[in-house]
This record gives sequence, C-alpha cells and structure tokens, in this order.
Amino acid sequence: MQLAVFVARRLAVLVPTLFFVSVLIFSLQTLLPGDAAIALAGEESDPAAIAGIRAKYHLDQPVVVQYGIWMSKVLRGDLGESLRNRIPVTELLASKLPVTVELAVCSMLIALLIGIPTGVVSAVRRGTAVDVAANAVALSGLSVPHFWLGIMLILLFAVRLGWLPASGYVPPWEDLGRNLTTILLPSIVLGTGVAGVMMRHTRGAMLQTLSADYVRTARAKSVPERLVVLKHALRNALIPVITLGAIEFGRLLSGAVLTEQIFAIPGFGKMLVDGVFNRDYAVVQGVVLVSAGLYVLLNLLADILYFLANPRLRGA
Amino acid sequence: MNDSGAVLAMPAVVEARRPSALRRLVRRPAALIAMAVVAAFVVIALGAPYVAPHDPIKQDFLAVRKAPSDAYRLGTDEVGRDVLSRLIWGARASLLAGVIPVSIALVVSVPLGLLSGCTGGWLDGLIMRITDAMLSIPFLIVAIALAAFLGPSLTNAMIAIGIAALPTFLRLARGTAMAITTEEYVESARSLGCSRVRIAVRHVLPNIVPPLLIQSSLTAAAAIIAEASLSFLGLGQQPPAPSWGSMLNAAQRYLVQAPWMAIYPGLMIFGIVMSLNVLGDALRDALDPKYV
Repeated sequence: MQLAVFVARRLAVLVPTLFFVSVLIFSLQTLLPGDAAIALAGEESDPAAIAGIRAKYHLDQPVVVQYGIWMSKVLRGDLGESLRNRIPVTELLASKLPVTVELAVCSMLIALLIGIPTGVVSAVRRGTAVDVAANAVALSGLSVPHFWLGIMLILLFAVRLGWLPASGYVPPWEDLGRNLTTILLPSIVLGTGVAGVMMRHTRGAMLQTLSADYVRTARAKSVPERLVVLKHALRNALIPVITLGAIEFGRLLSGAVLTEQIFAIPGFGKMLVDGVFNRDYAVVQGVVLVSAGLYVLLNLLADILYFLANPRLRGA
Repeated sequence: MNDSGAVLAMPAVVEARRPSALRRLVRRPAALIAMAVVAAFVVIALGAPYVAPHDPIKQDFLAVRKAPSDAYRLGTDEVGRDVLSRLIWGARASLLAGVIPVSIALVVSVPLGLLSGCTGGWLDGLIMRITDAMLSIPFLIVAIALAAFLGPSLTNAMIAIGIAALPTFLRLARGTAMAITTEEYVESARSLGCSRVRIAVRHVLPNIVPPLLIQSSLTAAAAIIAEASLSFLGLGQQPPAPSWGSMLNAAQRYLVQAPWMAIYPGLMIFGIVMSLNVLGDALRDALDPKYV
C-alpha cells in the first residue's frame, strides 16, 4: 500500500472523529448551570451587559445554529476572545503553546533516556533482581502524583540544596542556560511517568523479539550477544515503542496542566487553569480544542511512523 | 437449557489445566500486600470518626504549623488543624473518587458496550465515533474542563472523572463483547434459537467482567490522582472539608516552614495508587490467559 493511500484512509476516519470532538467541546457551554449568558457575564449583573453577551454569542438562537456559527468561526481560526483581557484566544494559544511544547520535548527526552535502556536491561535480565527493581521503579513512576513529585523536588533541589530555581520560566532566546535550569525540574516530573510507560512497553516488546526465530538464528550463528540484543532485538522492539512515544507526547499536554501550575510556567496548561478560575470559557474551550487536535494529529503521526517502520504493512 | 452445556464445559476444561484466578492472585506477595493496603485504606476511610485523633476541621491558632509531636503525630497545618486527622478524613474523598467515577463508567459502558458489540451496524459506528472523539481529549483535560463548566465541588469532580473515564470502559466492553460474539459457544446458542438479549446477558456479559475488573482497578488509581489533582486546583473538595489534593495545595505555600504538610498527603496518594496499580497488574496476570 502506498503511504498516500494509507494517510488518505486515516484522514477519512479522522473527519467524523473531529466532528464529534467539536460537538463535545461546543456542548461544554450547555453544562453551565442556569442561564449561560449570566454565567458568561460573570460578576457583571447589568441586564444590558447580559443581553449584549446573549446577542454576541448568539445564545438566543437554536443550539444547532449556535454550533454552526461557532464551528464556522473555528474553521476560520477564530476561537473567540478572552473575557478576561480581550485578547483573541488564538493569539494567547500561539504565545503559550511553544512553552508547553518545549516542556513536553524535554520531558520526552528524559523519558526515552530512562525508559528504553531500563526496559532493555529488564528484559535481558528477566526474572533477576534487576528486573524486579526496574519494574518497581516503573510502577512507582506511573503511580506517583506528578504535582506532589514536583513539590518534593522543589523542596529538595530549590529549598534545601538551592541548586535550581523553585519556579518561573526564562525563554531560550533570552538566556539558554537559565532556560534549561528552569525547565529541568518540571521535565523530570513529567518525564518520570512517561518513562514508566516506556520501560514497561520496551520490556514487553523486547521479551517478544528476544524469543523470535530470527534472534535464535542470530545466536545460533554465534553473533555476539551485544549485537543480538541491540541490532536484532531492539531495532524491532522499538517499532511499537516509537509509536507509543508519539501518543504519550499528547498525554504530556495533560500532565503539563498541573506541572506548569506548580512551577509557575506560563504555558498551555497554566492558561487552562487560569481560564477555569477566571471563568473565561472561550479560553477553556480553545485549550481543549487545541489539545484534542494535537492529540489526534499525534495519533496520526504514530500510525504513519508505524506504517513506515513496519515493512509488512507496506507490502499489504 | 441445552445451550448452557457447551458454556459450562469451557471453564471446567480451563479449571483442570490452571489453578483458579483467586489462587493465582494470592500466590503473588506483591498482590497480597496491595490488597492489604487497599483494605486498610477502605477501613480507615469508613472508620474515620473512630480512628482520627482530632477534629479535622477544628482550627487552633495556638498550634499553627507545629512539627510532628506526641500531641500531633504528623504535625499541624497553617491554621492549627491536625494533619493526621485530616489525612484520615481525606481518605473518604479519595475512596469516593476511587468508587464513584468507576461506577458511573461501568453503569453506562456495560449496557452500551453490549449493545454496540452485539448488534454492530450504524449504532455501533455512532457510539464508537463518539468514543473516539472523547478519547481524543486527554483524560485530565476533560475532567478539568467538565469540572470547570459544572462548577467546583466534590460531586461534580466525581461526575467529571466518571465521564472522562467512560470511553476507555466503553471501548473495552464493546471490543470484548464483539470478540465473544464470534466464539463457537455463542454461535451454538444462536443456532439453538436464543434471543439476542439472552445471548448478551447470559453468554457475553459474564465474559466481559474480567477485563472490566482489571480496568476498574487501574481506573480507580487514575481517578484518585485525578480527584487529588482537581482538589489541588480548587475544583474538587471545597474547604474546610479535607482532601489529600487540597491539603497539598495549602502545603505548597509553607514548604520551608512546614514540609510535613506536603510530605504525608502525597505519600498517602502514592501508596494507595501504587497498590491499586499492583492489584490491577496482578488481576490481569491472574485473569487474562495471555499474560500467564
């Protein structure tokens, strides 16, 4: 199958999914208790202001019409305006998203550096104390609440030892060194959870490939064990792990919400939380919409990577 | 009924080859420890009025941020409340978070999953597209957005987490149901004239329980973290009622003066979530033949 055909088929499936995503996100505002116009007006109780909001957001129209208007604006890249500071939501997103992407990339690097080698060692030494310890560490990474780990790391590295700043963010173009020191602790916090997932999947995939016929053949040919593990087994085991990495990258956005809050990083997650507390519903909807869009795109990317890495699919 | 003979014969054959699921479960020391921790957590949460040494919301401005001592085993918080008592009472919010969202997800996903998996067609397509859409939004972001629009309270947080957990359960129930409907014993039941409802309830339902049980344990763990996260953000349990998440929120401001306020609630969340994850893994090993 050609890559183009494969991508076209996947995109065709994505259209209805994205349609339902948009319906779900639009429906969020119907959950607002009581009159949505009053809820949107917030502390503003002036009837004229409420009437203005009702007209502006077409709340006097049938729900289907409201959805149509909202969707047509979304398709034109108009996600509304922040009620708080009157800045277009797309502009806010454009300024906050790169910060979160940097955090997610650094976290993923940490996760890969910890998760893959640990998974390989754990599989090669299956059943030994090393395997048990690696599994326990992976499960701990999955079970620890990120926001608590963040607080504990601040307590140790910022408060007690004074090695790293407790919070804040410096953009890389202003000062790369300070940027790295501010992003290190949050990246460790987010990376540990994903490292646990990576380790478990690498271990599982390695156990499968290590028992495959071609590995047995390689061993029978007296190929050095190091080459058997790294060249024959790991290369094949990494195919599902790479695709998982793309999906986990999407999940990092979710984890970033609390981590950014704890470390006062002005990213996408903090924007969501601030939107929630300011009752800035357009911001909340915008963040949810973009995170869903990114998640869908990353899933598509994972599928494409899997397609490219797996010759059997290309031959199908 | 004649059709049940074929079904009853299956477990008997499996039984002869493998020890029972419960025996396989209790054979693992990690699973036993995890079960003990979960049981202790439930007992402490339910028996909070009898176990807690102090009133969890009583403020004592003469004992503000006191370090752990004989009077206050785990110290006091920023308004002089006993941290240990708040942890014990806070277990209730976490217990509810572990039980209610999973129950919401199960109550909705089992009938819909059976309907979708057993009937197929356009209804299955529609349910699956909605599920795909819900799965496209990261779990915690769905929960935060729903809690934000519903309004901050523990009940709304539970509903939000339950809705966020729903698509995973639905997909699992539907997928398992679909796989089971192709089994020979279901074919036999169908050829003997059993109705669709009877097949779904008598033959498919009992077989989707094991994967849902495993998922319930893992989701309870995720739900406890989600509740703590929402309470940490101020979207869950409202003050002065205790919750481990809201205790961590307050603790963040006194890391230098009172680190005990931050250490213990996190350890509690970590302990119970780790136990539920170990239990989920052990249940999967015990119930899913693929993992044996």
